[in-house]
Amino acid sequence: MSTGTTKLDVVVSDVVPVNDLVTRFHFRRRDGQLLPTFSGGAHVVVEMRDGERTRLNPYSLMGSPLDTREYTISVRRDDVGRGGSLFMHRSVKPGMEMVVSYPVNLFSLDLRAKKHLMLAGGIGITPFMAQTAQLAAEGGNFELHYTCRTASLGTYADVLRERYDRRVRLYHDDLEERIELDRLLSTQPLGTHLYVCGPAGMINWVRDRAASLGWPAETVHFEHFAAPQPGLPFDVRLAVSGKSIRVDEQQSLLEAIEAAGVDPPYLCRGGVCGQCETNVISCDGKFIHNDHWLSEEEHRSGKKIMPCVSRFEGRSLVLER
Amino acid sequence: MAAKSIISRPVYGTLSPQPGKHHLFIADAEGALAIAEMAGRAPPGFFDDAEIVFIPGLDGKHAVALEALKPAQLHLAPSFASLLPRLRQTLANAHMGLRVYLAGTEGLIGQAMQVALEAGIDHTSIQTEHRGSLARRMQCVHCKGITENVTTQPATCAHCGLLLLVRDHYSRRIAAFQGVCINAEDRSEIPPMEEIFR
Repeated sequence: MSTGTTKLDVVVSDVVPVNDLVTRFHFRRRDGQLLPTFSGGAHVVVEMRDGERTRLNPYSLMGSPLDTREYTISVRRDDVGRGGSLFMHRSVKPGMEMVVSYPVNLFSLDLRAKKHLMLAGGIGITPFMAQTAQLAAEGGNFELHYTCRTASLGTYADVLRERYDRRVRLYHDDLEERIELDRLLSTQPLGTHLYVCGPAGMINWVRDRAASLGWPAETVHFEHFAAPQPGLPFDVRLAVSGKSIRVDEQQSLLEAIEAAGVDPPYLCRGGVCGQCETNVISCDGKFIHNDHWLSEEEHRSGKKIMPCVSRFEGRSLVLER
Repeated sequence: MAAKSIISRPVYGTLSPQPGKHHLFIADAEGALAIAEMAGRAPPGFFDDAEIVFIPGLDGKHAVALEALKPAQLHLAPSFASLLPRLRQTLANAHMGLRVYLAGTEGLIGQAMQVALEAGIDHTSIQTEHRGSLARRMQCVHCKGITENVTTQPATCAHCGLLLLVRDHYSRRIAAFQGVCINAEDRSEIPPMEEIFR
């Protein structure tokens, strides 16, 4: 059960290949009504019914928040992941009926900011598509620095340059172009907020430099959905519901709990929101924590797990579910 | 020390050196001692990038303690109103990496924070330490006038003359505690006035 969210019955209204790796999907409501309002940085959880399996993956909404006739997401194909992105690329066609969650925003703009400084890496550009559209409409002050591997994989770089001209700065890895991060962070006017979305390494680098250069934590916003990683199968006892389940190689613990008919709360399914936090009653083995929610101390304690992205290897695990 | 009560009542901490490129201190009276004590916990060279704006008060004590820290700039001001234009100018030209530290009376901390908030600094990122008087800035909810240095409960509004209950309800936006008429039903009822905010 997704906390406080209702599901939306949608139909795929368009599927648009953007480049070699990225495809864009458009959804409209099946009843023809407008979709719920959202703000830049929001995501939806897309239900992918793939035969016997249901995967639920979060994707940032990338359309303008001013237009709720449709939701658009961009999906980067991941050939070695658990298959969610491959399912989207191979099996989702225009006209197909799907279910998505209400939008949830865990990466929202702080509108008290005097200026918004945005740093995107790769497919991390998607939430900024919506945020820049929102800010541009109200005359907001923003600057976007976007790093991509090559010009041809610079998803939406052309669109952004056309829309916002010099407010967008591009960096191409193959041309050895790098953000001069320290200089950039040291020359921002007081009251600037920083937003980062991209690979974990980039987020860590930016957060670390910003903290060293005196950016208060309140002004640094980041989003990294850790896609659930595949791993060895393991068995779990759910003490509250009295069920024993097996988590398959390609399945997340949360998906396995749901498949057994137990509905823990969730919002992001990416290890950041904290909704699905679950108490461990007993265990004999080791945890593979992949979330950004629990503290290091909590990870070490062996008392809590985030079933959306984390796994377990060992003899036995009993959870309070 | 300010006692803990409702959630809007500000609580103050102990100044601690923050990572940053520039450090702006604003203090009055005994607030200087909080800065001097923090200096003992600061890394070498910390005050090379620091500006201290200080209101010594009538007895003029404590400025010497601040001079000894050898900050990049030390500015002495006779009152908060007199330092305001300079403070606004400093913040308008500042970059991210500037950290703000406020020490001294509640009135000073509140008013300086109000200016910092307008400049886009989040209140939770501002270091504060309360020293000295607990006298309150109070806004009368009826006439909206602000009375400085309120030490009694109840207190008389300096603008409309109503007798006000000084609440712990605080506004960061206007940097004042709320004062509400204490005898609205029967104005002839005059509760005893005690000096409690010293």
